[in-house]
Amino acid sequence: MSDSTAGNAYDGLAEHHAVVGDDAHWAFGSEVEDPLAGVDTTVPDDVDPRVLATYCLMLGDDALVAAHRLSEWCSRAPDLEDDIALANTALDLLGQARLLLARAAAADPSVVPALPAGSPVPPEDALAFFRDAGLFRNVRLVELANGDFAHTVVRLLLHASVRLALLDRLRGSRDPVLAAIAGKGVKEVSYHRDYAGRWFLTLARGTDESRRRLLDALTALWPLRQELLEAHPVEVAAAEAGVGVDPRLVAAEIDVVLDQVLAVSGVDRPEVAPMVAAGGRAGRDGLHTEALSRMLAEMQVVARAHPEGRW
Amino acid sequence: MSVDAEWPLWEVFVRGKRGLNHVHVGSLHAADAEMAVHHARDVYTRRNEGVSIWVVRASDVTASSPDEKDPLFAPAGDKVYRHPTFYDVPADVPHM
Repeated sequence: MSDSTAGNAYDGLAEHHAVVGDDAHWAFGSEVEDPLAGVDTTVPDDVDPRVLATYCLMLGDDALVAAHRLSEWCSRAPDLEDDIALANTALDLLGQARLLLARAAAADPSVVPALPAGSPVPPEDALAFFRDAGLFRNVRLVELANGDFAHTVVRLLLHASVRLALLDRLRGSRDPVLAAIAGKGVKEVSYHRDYAGRWFLTLARGTDESRRRLLDALTALWPLRQELLEAHPVEVAAAEAGVGVDPRLVAAEIDVVLDQVLAVSGVDRPEVAPMVAAGGRAGRDGLHTEALSRMLAEMQVVARAHPEGRW
Repeated sequence: MSVDAEWPLWEVFVRGKRGLNHVHVGSLHAADAEMAVHHARDVYTRRNEGVSIWVVRASDVTASSPDEKDPLFAPAGDKVYRHPTFYDVPADVPHM
């Protein structure tokens, strides 16, 4: 036994138990962590609250819409294990969305839709369930209908690779709340990207049918990737204020990651033109495909029917 | 290319934050060991249970037979002197 464990040989065991109590030798985990514990929630003085709010809506809506699409796999995934994996991923993103929408509402309360007086709906729920599609700031990539499992894998890889790079830098945001949310999110999205990358490889190197489906999905979704990497004026302003990240700065490192996945999978980078913005407007401006309205109609119908409901 | 539609079965062992050893928590299907570890993470550590995962192919587990239950286990039933109940345990030894 080494000197580092000098003293009672059992100290190391007792130490951990002293922290959590020794009520159970084996127990299901119960220590739930609050990602915002101890974080200063005041908006930095020199940051435009409207910029911060809109920037949080962009990141939050990407997560919210992606989470809802992933949750649609519940009970429909190819097998039980992946059903749970996709649901876990959806819940991770929903958690990020909740914190980000709450931050948007705290920074600029005017973004929150008005509800009847006395409504118990918290601001982040009002943003999620009482906003029309034209006010959502997510990229169009995350809103399209799911398609098959290969489409979900490709979409998750494209989205998570960008989101991970953004969150990684956002840990240094001058907004302490955004930095804390990013700190929690980095661990989650690292796993999402890993999960999608492993399935991308498996489908590409699997059967003729799995490879065909993967290539179809990649060709269909690649044009929507560009929107994640373009800098909207709000993202530029947020980056200049030190609270956000300019996506153009992380494009190169994301390319390195994707090229590695493509290379091991024996798949060429698709040569398809990016989906253009209509009249210079795209998802970040609130211009969406029909798929988002349909999705929101289902997602919001119960909440909107009961604006004073308690859940 | 023919593919076996059913993935093999794996037994999952998780060591909890408060646990001192890996404990069997269940089983799952996966194509290979790496996938089994990831599936185990997704299925069995969702509630903050685990800090370490082992997976073993179910077909690699050799189990005792229920038919041998009496010869294997019954002889230990009445050997009370094998329990260390006649010692004073020092106060600074936990988990006893």
